[in-house]
Amino acid sequence: MTESEAKALQVREKSEVSGMTEQTKPGLVFTPDVDIFETEKGLTLLADMPGVRAEDLNIDLKENVLTLDGDVQKPEGQNEAGISVEYRTGKYYRQFNLSEIIDQSKIEAAMTDGVLRLTLPKVEAAKPRRITVRSS
Amino acid sequence: MLFLKRDPNWRNLSNWSPFEELGRMRRDMERLTEGITRGFTRGAGAGVFPLMNLTEDNDAYYIRAELPGMKADEIELSVTGDSLSISGERKIPGEDAEAKYHRRERESGRFNRILNLPGPIDVQKVDASSVNGVLTIKLPKSEAAKPRQINIK
Repeated sequence: MTESEAKALQVREKSEVSGMTEQTKPGLVFTPDVDIFETEKGLTLLADMPGVRAEDLNIDLKENVLTLDGDVQKPEGQNEAGISVEYRTGKYYRQFNLSEIIDQSKIEAAMTDGVLRLTLPKVEAAKPRRITVRSS
Repeated sequence: MLFLKRDPNWRNLSNWSPFEELGRMRRDMERLTEGITRGFTRGAGAGVFPLMNLTEDNDAYYIRAELPGMKADEIELSVTGDSLSISGERKIPGEDAEAKYHRRERESGRFNRILNLPGPIDVQKVDASSVNGVLTIKLPKSEAAKPRQINIK
């Protein structure tokens, strides 16, 4: 049995963002769960942001600070009244300091079923140049 | 909250099912253990994945759950007149073998949950959709259970 087959998913409450500059719009802000891995080519970030549409997601990279900012539409219809509420909804926000130099022009982002996949390619290392030493 | 949810079963003993009873006992136990280990207990149902929000309007009940990364066909749903069962497995596909992980917060695994509905529903008309990782199940109330406007003469 592989690990994933054996494990049963446990409930985890969404963690609210603290210490962020206050927002102008009221509402809850959560920290999305992320996976970040690095390969030779670059960094890949996967973030769980259920309820965020691709057009409501803002990704920003400025001076090595990567910001994810996802807005969520209220899922309930107008006339719906809550009977039991186990999770809360709100926007997602998270920032990362990137130590690698990222090639901004090649960043790719895709949103599938509430999961963001962000590919951040490293700047191509200067190709090794052969230096010929001339003898005089 | 917890007791509100139980109400239908007490009222409606003819629909009593030992499996639902077991499911509920298990959830109660889990909730209890979670309360001990974490030092607090949260509202109804907290403790079993996935967390679900239950709402209603005049015509239907709505159940929502956040299941990011899951396709509709990976989620198994079944309904009886007064309970809903959801199960599935969230898989996180493996990445490049060379990948060095900096963070690994997203979790994979199986889940299975049974939820008692607050009132009778029309099983034939249940509709479920999954959009942007949020599952919405619409459960139309059975005709007999819908509120009806009564004109006073």
